[in-house]
Amino acid sequence: MATKIYQCMQKIGEDIIANKDFLTDLDAAIGDADHGINMARGFTEVLQQLPQEEEDISAVLKKTGMVLLSKVGGASGPLYGTAYMKAAGAIAGKKEITLEDAKNMMEAVIGGIKMRGKAERGEKTMLDAIEPAMEALTKGLEAGESIEDCLGHMCEAAKEGVEFTKTIRATKGRASYLGDRSIGHQDPGATSSLITLEAIRTFYLENIK
Amino acid sequence: MKKMINKPDDVVEEMLQGIVAAHPEYVKRVDGCDVIVRAGGSQGKVALVSGGGSGHEPAHGGYVGKGMLDAAVAGAMFTSPTPDQVYEAIKACDGGKGVLLVIKNYTGDVMNFEMAADMASDEGIQVEKVVVNDDVAVENSTWTTGRRGIAGTIFVHKIAGACAEEGGDLQAVKAVAEKVIANVRTMGMAIAPCTVPAAGKPSFELGDNEVEIGMGIHGEPGTHREEIRTVSETTDTLLEKIFAEDIYHEGDEVAVMVNGLGGTPLQELYLANLRVSQVLAEKNIKVAKTLVGNYMTSIDMAGYSVSLLKLDDELKKYLAAPADTPAFVQA
Repeated sequence: MATKIYQCMQKIGEDIIANKDFLTDLDAAIGDADHGINMARGFTEVLQQLPQEEEDISAVLKKTGMVLLSKVGGASGPLYGTAYMKAAGAIAGKKEITLEDAKNMMEAVIGGIKMRGKAERGEKTMLDAIEPAMEALTKGLEAGESIEDCLGHMCEAAKEGVEFTKTIRATKGRASYLGDRSIGHQDPGATSSLITLEAIRTFYLENIK
Repeated sequence: MKKMINKPDDVVEEMLQGIVAAHPEYVKRVDGCDVIVRAGGSQGKVALVSGGGSGHEPAHGGYVGKGMLDAAVAGAMFTSPTPDQVYEAIKACDGGKGVLLVIKNYTGDVMNFEMAADMASDEGIQVEKVVVNDDVAVENSTWTTGRRGIAGTIFVHKIAGACAEEGGDLQAVKAVAEKVIANVRTMGMAIAPCTVPAAGKPSFELGDNEVEIGMGIHGEPGTHREEIRTVSETTDTLLEKIFAEDIYHEGDEVAVMVNGLGGTPLQELYLANLRVSQVLAEKNIKVAKTLVGNYMTSIDMAGYSVSLLKLDDELKKYLAAPADTPAFVQA
Protein backbone atom coordinates (compact mmCIF):
# COMPACT_ATOMS: atom_id res chain seq x y z
CA MET A 1 0.00 0.00 0.00
CA ALA A 2 1.51 3.25 -1.11
CA THR A 3 1.48 6.17 1.31
CA LYS A 4 -0.28 9.48 0.57
CA ILE A 5 3.00 11.35 0.26
CA TYR A 6 4.22 8.82 -2.29
CA GLN A 7 0.95 9.15 -4.22
CA CYS A 8 1.26 12.92 -4.12
CA MET A 9 4.80 12.78 -5.52
CA GLN A 10 3.49 10.34 -8.12
CA LYS A 11 0.84 12.86 -9.18
CA ILE A 12 3.44 15.65 -9.41
CA GLY A 13 5.77 13.40 -11.40
CA GLU A 14 3.05 12.25 -13.78
CA ASP A 15 1.93 15.82 -14.46
CA ILE A 16 5.50 17.00 -15.07
CA ILE A 17 6.11 14.05 -17.40
CA ALA A 18 2.81 14.68 -19.21
CA ASN A 19 3.93 18.27 -19.83
CA LYS A 20 7.39 17.30 -21.09
CA ASP A 21 6.87 18.63 -24.63
CA PHE A 22 4.99 21.73 -23.48
CA LEU A 23 7.81 22.70 -21.09
CA THR A 24 10.46 21.94 -23.69
CA ASP A 25 8.68 24.08 -26.29
CA LEU A 26 8.45 26.99 -23.82
CA ASP A 27 12.17 26.59 -23.19
CA ALA A 28 12.94 26.46 -26.92
CA ALA A 29 11.50 29.95 -27.29
CA ILE A 30 13.78 31.60 -24.73
CA GLY A 31 16.28 29.01 -23.54
CA ASP A 32 17.85 25.79 -24.76
CA ALA A 33 14.86 23.53 -25.33
CA ASP A 34 15.49 20.97 -22.63
CA HIS A 35 13.47 21.91 -19.54
CA GLY A 36 10.73 19.32 -20.13
CA ILE A 37 13.21 16.62 -21.18
CA ASN A 38 15.34 17.15 -18.07
CA MET A 39 12.44 17.38 -15.61
CA ALA A 40 10.77 14.31 -17.12
CA ARG A 41 14.02 12.36 -16.87
CA GLY A 42 14.36 13.40 -13.22
CA PHE A 43 10.80 12.52 -12.20
CA THR A 44 10.86 9.21 -14.09
CA GLU A 45 13.79 8.31 -11.86
CA VAL A 46 12.07 9.71 -8.76
CA LEU A 47 9.03 7.47 -9.35
CA GLN A 48 11.29 4.45 -9.73
CA GLN A 49 13.42 5.16 -6.69
CA LEU A 50 10.88 6.40 -4.12
CA PRO A 51 9.85 3.73 -1.65
CA GLN A 52 6.05 3.48 -2.00
CA GLU A 53 5.52 2.44 1.61
CA GLU A 54 7.67 5.16 3.20
CA GLU A 55 5.51 7.14 5.65
CA ASP A 56 8.06 9.71 6.73
CA ILE A 57 7.08 12.76 4.65
CA SER A 58 10.44 14.41 5.14
CA ALA A 59 12.32 11.30 3.99
CA VAL A 60 10.25 11.08 0.79
CA LEU A 61 10.81 14.74 -0.03
CA LYS A 62 14.52 14.51 0.75
CA LYS A 63 14.91 11.47 -1.46
CA THR A 64 13.04 13.31 -4.23
CA GLY A 65 15.45 16.23 -3.91
CA MET A 66 18.52 13.98 -4.00
CA VAL A 67 17.30 12.13 -7.09
CA LEU A 68 16.45 15.37 -8.92
CA LEU A 69 19.85 16.78 -7.99
CA SER A 70 21.64 13.77 -9.46
CA LYS A 71 19.44 13.18 -12.52
CA VAL A 72 18.12 16.48 -13.87
CA GLY A 73 21.24 18.57 -14.46
CA GLY A 74 21.12 22.05 -15.95
CA ALA A 75 19.88 24.79 -13.67
CA SER A 76 16.62 22.99 -12.83
CA GLY A 77 18.43 20.11 -11.10
CA PRO A 78 20.12 22.15 -8.36
CA LEU A 79 17.09 24.44 -8.02
CA TYR A 80 14.37 21.79 -7.74
CA GLY A 81 16.74 19.50 -5.83
CA THR A 82 17.38 22.28 -3.31
CA ALA A 83 13.65 23.11 -3.19
CA TYR A 84 12.58 19.56 -2.24
CA MET A 85 15.39 19.18 0.28
CA LYS A 86 14.45 22.48 1.94
CA ALA A 87 10.81 21.39 2.03
CA ALA A 88 11.95 18.14 3.64
CA GLY A 89 13.83 20.08 6.31
CA ALA A 90 10.77 22.19 7.11
CA ILE A 91 8.51 19.16 7.65
CA ALA A 92 11.00 16.95 9.48
CA GLY A 93 9.41 14.66 12.06
CA LYS A 94 5.80 15.37 11.03
CA LYS A 95 3.28 12.71 9.97
CA GLU A 96 0.92 15.07 8.19
CA ILE A 97 1.06 18.48 6.56
CA THR A 98 -1.10 21.28 7.99
CA LEU A 99 -1.64 24.61 6.21
CA GLU A 100 0.83 26.13 8.66
CA ASP A 101 3.37 23.46 7.68
CA ALA A 102 2.71 24.08 3.99
CA LYS A 103 3.44 27.77 4.46
CA ASN A 104 6.67 26.98 6.33
CA MET A 105 7.70 24.53 3.62
CA MET A 106 7.10 27.08 0.88
CA GLU A 107 9.09 29.71 2.76
CA ALA A 108 11.97 27.26 3.10
CA VAL A 109 11.73 26.38 -0.60
CA ILE A 110 11.82 30.05 -1.60
CA GLY A 111 14.80 30.70 0.67
CA GLY A 112 16.64 27.74 -0.85
CA ILE A 113 15.96 28.79 -4.44
CA LYS A 114 17.06 32.36 -3.75
CA MET A 115 20.27 31.15 -2.13
CA ARG A 116 21.13 28.62 -4.87
CA GLY A 117 20.03 30.69 -7.86
CA LYS A 118 21.04 34.11 -6.49
CA ALA A 119 17.72 35.37 -7.82
CA GLU A 120 14.86 37.52 -6.59
CA ARG A 121 11.23 37.76 -7.62
CA GLY A 122 10.69 39.73 -10.82
CA GLU A 123 13.58 38.18 -12.76
CA LYS A 124 11.41 35.82 -14.82
CA THR A 125 12.14 32.66 -12.85
CA MET A 126 10.26 30.01 -10.85
CA LEU A 127 10.20 32.48 -7.95
CA ASP A 128 7.60 34.52 -9.84
CA ALA A 129 5.18 31.63 -9.46
CA ILE A 130 6.16 30.28 -6.03
CA GLU A 131 6.50 33.49 -4.04
CA PRO A 132 3.03 34.90 -4.88
CA ALA A 133 1.64 31.40 -4.29
CA MET A 134 3.17 31.34 -0.82
CA GLU A 135 1.77 34.78 -0.08
CA ALA A 136 -1.74 33.76 -1.18
CA LEU A 137 -1.55 30.63 0.95
CA THR A 138 -0.39 32.67 3.95
CA LYS A 139 -3.20 35.19 3.46
CA GLY A 140 -5.77 32.40 3.30
CA LEU A 141 -4.31 30.77 6.39
CA GLU A 142 -4.46 34.02 8.36
CA ALA A 143 -8.05 34.64 7.20
CA GLY A 144 -9.04 31.19 8.39
CA GLU A 145 -9.96 29.89 4.93
CA SER A 146 -10.50 26.20 4.29
CA ILE A 147 -7.63 24.11 2.93
CA GLU A 148 -9.48 23.85 -0.37
CA ASP A 149 -9.80 27.62 -0.67
CA CYS A 150 -6.20 28.23 0.41
CA LEU A 151 -4.89 25.81 -2.20
CA GLY A 152 -7.19 27.36 -4.79
CA HIS A 153 -5.90 30.84 -4.09
CA MET A 154 -2.35 29.54 -4.02
CA CYS A 155 -2.73 28.11 -7.54
CA GLU A 156 -4.49 31.22 -8.83
CA ALA A 157 -1.62 33.37 -7.57
CA ALA A 158 0.94 31.04 -9.15
CA LYS A 159 -0.95 31.19 -12.44
CA GLU A 160 -1.01 34.99 -12.31
CA GLY A 161 2.71 34.85 -11.57
CA VAL A 162 3.31 32.76 -14.67
CA GLU A 163 1.25 35.24 -16.71
CA PHE A 164 3.32 38.05 -15.17
CA THR A 165 6.54 36.39 -16.45
CA LYS A 166 5.27 37.05 -19.98
CA THR A 167 5.41 40.80 -19.35
CA ILE A 168 8.96 41.07 -18.01
CA ARG A 169 12.46 40.51 -19.35
CA ALA A 170 14.63 37.77 -17.93
CA THR A 171 17.66 38.84 -15.94
CA LYS A 172 18.67 35.39 -14.68
CA GLY A 173 19.40 32.18 -16.50
CA ARG A 174 19.77 31.50 -20.18
CA ALA A 175 16.76 33.60 -21.16
CA SER A 176 18.61 36.71 -19.94
CA TYR A 177 20.73 36.55 -23.12
CA LEU A 178 17.65 37.61 -25.05
CA GLY A 179 17.18 40.90 -23.24
CA ASP A 180 13.90 42.48 -24.30
CA ARG A 181 13.29 39.63 -26.75
CA SER A 182 12.34 37.45 -23.76
CA ILE A 183 9.27 39.64 -23.18
CA GLY A 184 6.08 37.97 -24.41
CA HIS A 185 7.19 34.47 -23.46
CA GLN A 186 6.22 32.72 -20.24
CA ASP A 187 9.01 31.32 -18.11
CA PRO A 188 9.40 27.52 -18.33
CA GLY A 189 10.62 27.23 -14.72
CA ALA A 190 7.70 29.26 -13.38
CA THR A 191 5.43 27.02 -15.47
CA SER A 192 6.82 23.76 -14.06
CA SER A 193 6.40 25.26 -10.58
CA LEU A 194 2.74 26.03 -11.38
CA ILE A 195 2.24 22.47 -12.66
CA THR A 196 3.68 21.19 -9.37
CA LEU A 197 1.40 23.35 -7.22
CA GLU A 198 -1.66 22.45 -9.29
CA ALA A 199 -0.79 18.75 -8.97
CA ILE A 200 -0.68 19.14 -5.18
CA ARG A 201 -4.08 20.87 -5.20
CA THR A 202 -5.62 18.25 -7.47
CA PHE A 203 -4.20 15.48 -5.34
CA TYR A 204 -5.73 17.05 -2.23
CA LEU A 205 -9.15 17.46 -3.84
CA GLU A 206 -9.22 13.92 -5.26
CA ASN A 207 -7.60 11.91 -2.50
CA ILE A 208 -7.66 13.69 0.84
CA LYS A 209 -10.59 16.07 1.04
CA MET B 1 15.54 13.85 -37.75
CA LYS B 2 18.23 11.88 -39.56
CA LYS B 3 21.13 10.88 -37.35
CA MET B 4 23.60 8.01 -37.18
CA ILE B 5 22.69 6.92 -33.68
CA ASN B 6 21.23 3.82 -32.04
CA LYS B 7 18.81 5.23 -29.49
CA PRO B 8 18.51 8.94 -28.61
CA ASP B 9 18.77 8.17 -24.88
CA ASP B 10 21.96 6.15 -25.35
CA VAL B 11 24.00 8.72 -27.27
CA VAL B 12 26.02 10.11 -24.35
CA GLU B 13 26.72 6.70 -22.80
CA GLU B 14 27.78 5.13 -26.09
CA MET B 15 29.87 8.16 -27.01
CA LEU B 16 31.78 7.90 -23.71
CA GLN B 17 32.35 4.19 -24.27
CA GLY B 18 33.45 5.00 -27.82
CA ILE B 19 35.98 7.59 -26.65
CA VAL B 20 37.54 5.13 -24.22
CA ALA B 21 37.54 2.38 -26.87
CA ALA B 22 39.33 4.72 -29.29
CA HIS B 23 41.87 6.23 -26.93
CA PRO B 24 42.76 3.81 -24.13
CA GLU B 25 46.32 5.14 -24.14
CA TYR B 26 44.98 8.56 -23.10
CA VAL B 27 41.81 8.09 -21.11
CA LYS B 28 39.69 5.79 -18.98
CA ARG B 29 36.22 5.98 -17.52
CA VAL B 30 35.52 6.48 -13.81
CA ASP B 31 33.42 3.41 -13.01
CA GLY B 32 29.71 4.11 -12.99
CA CYS B 33 30.17 7.80 -13.82
CA ASP B 34 30.00 9.96 -16.91
CA VAL B 35 33.55 11.03 -16.21
CA ILE B 36 36.65 10.62 -18.40
CA VAL B 37 40.03 10.80 -16.63
CA ARG B 38 43.64 10.41 -17.70
CA ALA B 39 44.58 6.78 -18.23
CA GLY B 40 47.40 7.13 -15.70
CA GLY B 41 45.06 8.44 -13.00
CA SER B 42 46.01 11.22 -10.62
CA GLN B 43 49.29 12.87 -11.62
CA GLY B 44 50.63 14.41 -8.40
CA LYS B 45 50.12 17.93 -9.76
CA VAL B 46 47.32 20.47 -9.72
CA ALA B 47 44.43 18.81 -11.54
CA LEU B 48 42.15 20.50 -14.06
CA VAL B 49 38.53 19.41 -14.28
CA SER B 50 36.12 20.72 -16.87
CA GLY B 51 32.91 19.55 -18.42
CA GLY B 52 29.44 20.58 -19.32
CA GLY B 53 26.57 19.35 -21.36
CA SER B 54 27.41 16.88 -24.12
CA GLY B 55 27.13 17.88 -27.75
CA HIS B 56 30.29 20.02 -27.90
CA GLU B 57 32.74 17.28 -28.82
CA PRO B 58 35.68 17.09 -28.76
CA ALA B 59 35.01 19.30 -25.72
CA HIS B 60 35.68 18.27 -23.12
CA GLY B 61 36.69 14.59 -23.05
CA GLY B 62 38.93 15.08 -26.10
CA TYR B 63 41.16 17.41 -24.10
CA VAL B 64 41.91 14.99 -21.29
CA GLY B 65 45.60 14.16 -21.41
CA LYS B 66 49.08 15.52 -20.87
CA GLY B 67 49.24 19.30 -20.70
CA MET B 68 45.50 19.95 -20.65
CA LEU B 69 42.69 18.41 -18.55
CA ASP B 70 42.82 15.67 -15.94
CA ALA B 71 39.11 14.94 -16.03
CA ALA B 72 36.07 15.85 -18.09
CA VAL B 73 32.48 15.43 -16.91
CA ALA B 74 29.84 14.78 -19.56
CA GLY B 75 26.31 15.95 -18.83
CA ALA B 76 23.25 14.96 -20.82
CA MET B 77 22.96 16.62 -24.21
CA PHE B 78 23.36 20.41 -23.71
CA THR B 79 22.65 19.93 -20.01
CA SER B 80 25.10 20.63 -17.22
CA PRO B 81 26.41 17.55 -15.43
CA THR B 82 25.06 16.99 -11.93
CA PRO B 83 27.02 17.80 -8.72
CA ASP B 84 27.59 14.13 -7.80
CA GLN B 85 29.28 13.49 -11.16
CA VAL B 86 31.52 16.56 -10.93
CA TYR B 87 32.39 15.53 -7.37
CA GLU B 88 33.46 12.07 -8.58
CA ALA B 89 35.67 13.72 -11.21
CA ILE B 90 37.32 15.91 -8.57
CA LYS B 91 37.96 12.93 -6.31
CA ALA B 92 39.30 10.81 -9.17
CA CYS B 93 42.02 13.21 -10.20
CA ASP B 94 42.97 15.08 -7.03
CA GLY B 95 46.60 14.29 -6.31
CA GLY B 96 46.79 16.34 -3.14
CA LYS B 97 47.83 19.56 -4.89
CA GLY B 98 44.30 20.81 -5.44
CA VAL B 99 41.85 20.94 -8.30
CA LEU B 100 40.88 23.80 -10.63
CA LEU B 101 37.38 23.68 -12.10
CA VAL B 102 37.11 25.28 -15.54
CA ILE B 103 33.43 26.22 -15.91
CA LYS B 104 31.70 27.76 -18.90
CA ASN B 105 29.43 30.60 -17.79
CA TYR B 106 25.94 29.14 -17.80
CA THR B 107 23.62 29.29 -14.80
CA GLY B 108 23.31 25.50 -14.58
CA ASP B 109 27.01 24.75 -15.00
CA VAL B 110 28.00 27.30 -12.37
CA MET B 111 25.44 25.98 -9.85
CA ASN B 112 26.26 22.30 -10.35
CA PHE B 113 30.04 22.80 -10.28
CA GLU B 114 29.77 25.05 -7.19
CA MET B 115 27.73 22.40 -5.35
CA ALA B 116 30.38 19.81 -6.27
CA ALA B 117 33.15 22.14 -5.10
CA ASP B 118 31.37 22.52 -1.75
CA MET B 119 31.09 18.73 -1.42
CA ALA B 120 34.81 18.26 -2.21
CA SER B 121 35.89 21.08 0.11
CA ASP B 122 33.95 19.40 2.91
CA GLU B 123 36.19 16.38 2.37
CA GLY B 124 39.33 18.48 2.63
CA ILE B 125 40.12 18.71 -1.10
CA GLN B 126 41.37 22.14 -2.19
CA VAL B 127 39.14 23.33 -5.02
CA GLU B 128 39.26 26.57 -6.98
CA LYS B 129 37.16 27.57 -9.96
CA VAL B 130 37.32 29.87 -12.94
CA VAL B 131 34.35 30.81 -15.09
CA VAL B 132 34.98 31.36 -18.79
CA ASN B 133 32.85 34.08 -20.42
CA ASP B 134 34.31 34.84 -23.84
CA ASP B 135 31.16 35.25 -25.97
CA VAL B 136 30.88 38.91 -26.95
CA ALA B 137 27.47 38.35 -28.57
CA VAL B 138 25.98 38.67 -25.10
CA GLU B 139 25.96 41.90 -23.19
CA ASN B 140 27.86 41.59 -19.94
CA SER B 141 25.93 43.56 -17.39
CA THR B 142 24.36 43.21 -14.00
CA TRP B 143 21.09 42.72 -15.86
CA THR B 144 22.10 39.46 -17.47
CA THR B 145 23.71 36.21 -16.41
CA GLY B 146 26.79 37.58 -18.17
CA ARG B 147 28.66 36.56 -21.29
CA ARG B 148 28.49 32.87 -22.21
CA GLY B 149 31.51 30.59 -22.20
CA ILE B 150 32.27 29.13 -25.63
CA ALA B 151 35.30 28.22 -27.78
CA GLY B 152 37.74 30.40 -25.84
CA THR B 153 37.52 27.75 -23.11
CA ILE B 154 39.95 25.60 -25.12
CA PHE B 155 42.68 28.24 -24.64
CA VAL B 156 42.05 28.05 -20.87
CA HIS B 157 42.43 24.25 -20.96
CA LYS B 158 45.65 24.54 -22.97
CA ILE B 159 47.37 27.30 -21.06
CA ALA B 160 46.29 26.53 -17.49
CA GLY B 161 46.94 22.85 -18.28
CA ALA B 162 50.52 23.63 -19.33
CA CYS B 163 51.06 25.66 -16.15
CA ALA B 164 49.83 22.75 -14.02
CA GLU B 165 51.93 20.25 -15.97
CA GLU B 166 55.01 22.40 -15.32
CA GLY B 167 54.34 22.18 -11.58
CA GLY B 168 52.52 25.46 -10.95
CA ASP B 169 50.60 25.51 -7.67
CA LEU B 170 46.82 25.90 -7.48
CA GLN B 171 46.92 29.70 -7.14
CA ALA B 172 49.37 30.03 -10.06
CA VAL B 173 47.26 27.78 -12.29
CA LYS B 174 44.13 29.70 -11.37
CA ALA B 175 45.85 33.05 -11.98
CA VAL B 176 47.00 32.09 -15.46
CA ALA B 177 43.53 30.74 -16.26
CA GLU B 178 42.05 34.07 -15.16
CA LYS B 179 44.55 35.87 -17.37
CA VAL B 180 43.43 33.85 -20.39
CA ILE B 181 39.77 34.58 -19.57
CA ALA B 182 40.50 38.31 -19.35
CA ASN B 183 42.19 38.31 -22.75
CA VAL B 184 40.08 35.94 -24.88
CA ARG B 185 36.94 36.94 -26.77
CA THR B 186 34.82 34.96 -29.20
CA MET B 187 31.99 35.70 -31.61
CA GLY B 188 30.11 33.07 -33.58
CA MET B 189 27.36 32.70 -36.15
CA ALA B 190 25.11 29.95 -37.47
CA ILE B 191 23.78 29.17 -40.92
CA ALA B 192 21.82 26.05 -39.92
CA PRO B 193 20.42 24.81 -36.59
CA CYS B 194 21.39 21.78 -34.53
CA THR B 195 19.10 18.94 -33.49
CA VAL B 196 19.24 17.46 -29.99
CA PRO B 197 18.59 13.70 -30.49
CA ALA B 198 15.98 13.43 -27.70
CA ALA B 199 14.14 16.51 -29.01
CA GLY B 200 14.09 15.11 -32.54
CA LYS B 201 13.68 18.46 -34.24
CA PRO B 202 15.92 21.48 -34.85
CA SER B 203 16.23 23.77 -31.84
CA PHE B 204 15.46 26.85 -33.94
CA GLU B 205 14.59 27.70 -37.51
CA LEU B 206 16.41 29.85 -40.03
CA GLY B 207 15.06 30.89 -43.40
CA ASP B 208 16.73 29.68 -46.60
CA ASN B 209 18.89 32.78 -46.93
CA GLU B 210 19.00 33.68 -43.26
CA VAL B 211 21.86 33.43 -40.76
CA GLU B 212 22.06 34.31 -37.05
CA ILE B 213 24.99 36.42 -35.93
CA GLY B 214 26.15 35.76 -32.38
CA MET B 215 24.42 32.38 -32.06
CA GLY B 216 25.34 30.49 -28.87
CA ILE B 217 26.61 26.90 -28.84
CA HIS B 218 23.27 25.55 -27.63
CA GLY B 219 21.26 27.46 -30.21
CA GLU B 220 20.71 30.43 -27.93
CA PRO B 221 19.83 33.56 -29.86
CA GLY B 222 22.59 35.92 -30.88
CA THR B 223 22.56 39.62 -31.66
CA HIS B 224 20.46 39.53 -34.83
CA ARG B 225 19.44 37.67 -37.96
CA GLU B 226 20.42 38.81 -41.42
CA GLU B 227 20.53 37.69 -45.01
CA ILE B 228 23.52 35.49 -45.76
CA ARG B 229 26.62 37.31 -47.03
CA THR B 230 30.09 36.15 -48.08
CA VAL B 231 32.38 34.49 -45.55
CA SER B 232 34.73 37.48 -45.69
CA GLU B 233 31.96 39.99 -44.99
CA THR B 234 30.56 37.80 -42.20
CA THR B 235 33.99 37.33 -40.66
CA ASP B 236 34.45 41.12 -40.69
CA THR B 237 31.20 41.46 -38.73
CA LEU B 238 32.33 38.92 -36.13
CA LEU B 239 35.73 40.61 -35.79
CA GLU B 240 34.18 44.08 -35.44
CA LYS B 241 32.29 42.91 -32.36
CA ILE B 242 35.49 41.37 -30.93
CA PHE B 243 37.53 44.51 -31.60
CA ALA B 244 34.85 46.64 -29.95
CA GLU B 245 36.05 45.10 -26.68
CA ASP B 246 39.16 47.32 -26.78
CA ILE B 247 41.55 44.51 -25.88
CA TYR B 248 43.43 44.02 -29.14
CA HIS B 249 45.59 46.84 -30.47
CA GLU B 250 48.24 47.56 -33.07
CA GLY B 251 51.51 45.85 -32.18
CA ASP B 252 49.84 43.17 -30.04
CA GLU B 253 50.42 39.48 -30.50
CA VAL B 254 47.44 37.10 -30.54
CA ALA B 255 46.40 33.50 -30.94
CA VAL B 256 43.50 32.85 -33.31
CA MET B 257 40.91 30.09 -33.26
CA VAL B 258 38.48 29.59 -36.11
CA ASN B 259 36.14 26.99 -34.70
CA GLY B 260 33.58 24.92 -36.58
CA LEU B 261 30.26 24.20 -34.90
CA GLY B 262 30.00 20.63 -36.15
CA GLY B 263 28.32 20.95 -39.53
CA THR B 264 30.76 23.24 -41.31
CA PRO B 265 33.27 21.94 -43.88
CA LEU B 266 36.90 22.54 -42.96
CA GLN B 267 37.42 24.33 -46.27
CA GLU B 268 34.95 27.02 -45.18
CA LEU B 269 36.78 27.41 -41.87
CA TYR B 270 40.02 28.00 -43.79
CA LEU B 271 38.26 30.64 -45.87
CA ALA B 272 37.14 32.35 -42.67
CA ASN B 273 40.63 32.13 -41.24
CA LEU B 274 42.11 33.65 -44.40
CA ARG B 275 39.97 36.73 -43.82
CA VAL B 276 40.90 36.83 -40.11
CA SER B 277 44.60 36.76 -41.01
CA GLN B 278 44.12 39.57 -43.56
CA VAL B 279 42.27 41.79 -41.09
CA LEU B 280 44.86 41.20 -38.37
CA ALA B 281 47.67 42.01 -40.83
CA GLU B 282 45.90 45.25 -41.77
CA LYS B 283 45.68 46.15 -38.08
CA ASN B 284 49.35 45.26 -37.60
CA ILE B 285 48.49 42.57 -35.04
CA LYS B 286 50.86 39.62 -35.10
CA VAL B 287 49.51 36.05 -35.07
CA ALA B 288 51.62 33.73 -32.90
CA LYS B 289 49.40 30.67 -33.25
CA THR B 290 46.36 29.71 -35.35
CA LEU B 291 43.92 26.89 -34.65
CA VAL B 292 41.43 25.96 -37.37
CA GLY B 293 39.02 23.07 -36.80
CA ASN B 294 36.17 21.69 -34.74
CA TYR B 295 37.18 22.41 -31.15
CA MET B 296 33.89 23.35 -29.48
CA THR B 297 30.95 22.15 -31.51
CA SER B 298 27.21 22.35 -31.23
CA ILE B 299 26.21 18.86 -32.40
CA ASP B 300 25.42 19.34 -36.11
CA MET B 301 25.02 23.11 -36.21
CA ALA B 302 26.52 24.75 -39.28
CA GLY B 303 28.46 27.91 -38.66
CA TYR B 304 31.68 28.99 -36.97
CA SER B 305 33.16 31.19 -34.33
CA VAL B 306 36.28 33.34 -34.27
CA SER B 307 38.31 33.73 -31.06
CA LEU B 308 41.21 36.04 -30.36
CA LEU B 309 43.50 35.64 -27.37
CA LYS B 310 45.92 38.47 -26.59
CA LEU B 311 49.26 37.00 -25.59
CA ASP B 312 52.05 38.06 -23.28
CA ASP B 313 55.27 36.13 -22.73
CA GLU B 314 53.73 33.87 -20.09
CA LEU B 315 50.63 32.96 -22.12
CA LYS B 316 52.78 32.48 -25.22
CA LYS B 317 55.11 30.09 -23.41
CA TYR B 318 52.26 27.94 -22.06
CA LEU B 319 50.41 28.00 -25.37
CA ALA B 320 53.54 26.67 -27.10
CA ALA B 321 54.16 23.96 -24.45
CA PRO B 322 53.63 20.32 -25.47
CA ALA B 323 50.19 18.75 -25.16
CA ASP B 324 49.09 15.21 -25.91
CA THR B 325 45.38 14.48 -25.77
CA PRO B 326 42.93 12.71 -28.10
CA ALA B 327 41.87 15.98 -29.75
CA PHE B 328 44.90 18.22 -29.26
CA VAL B 329 48.43 17.08 -29.97
CA GLN B 330 51.37 19.44 -30.02
CA ALA B 331 55.00 18.39 -29.83
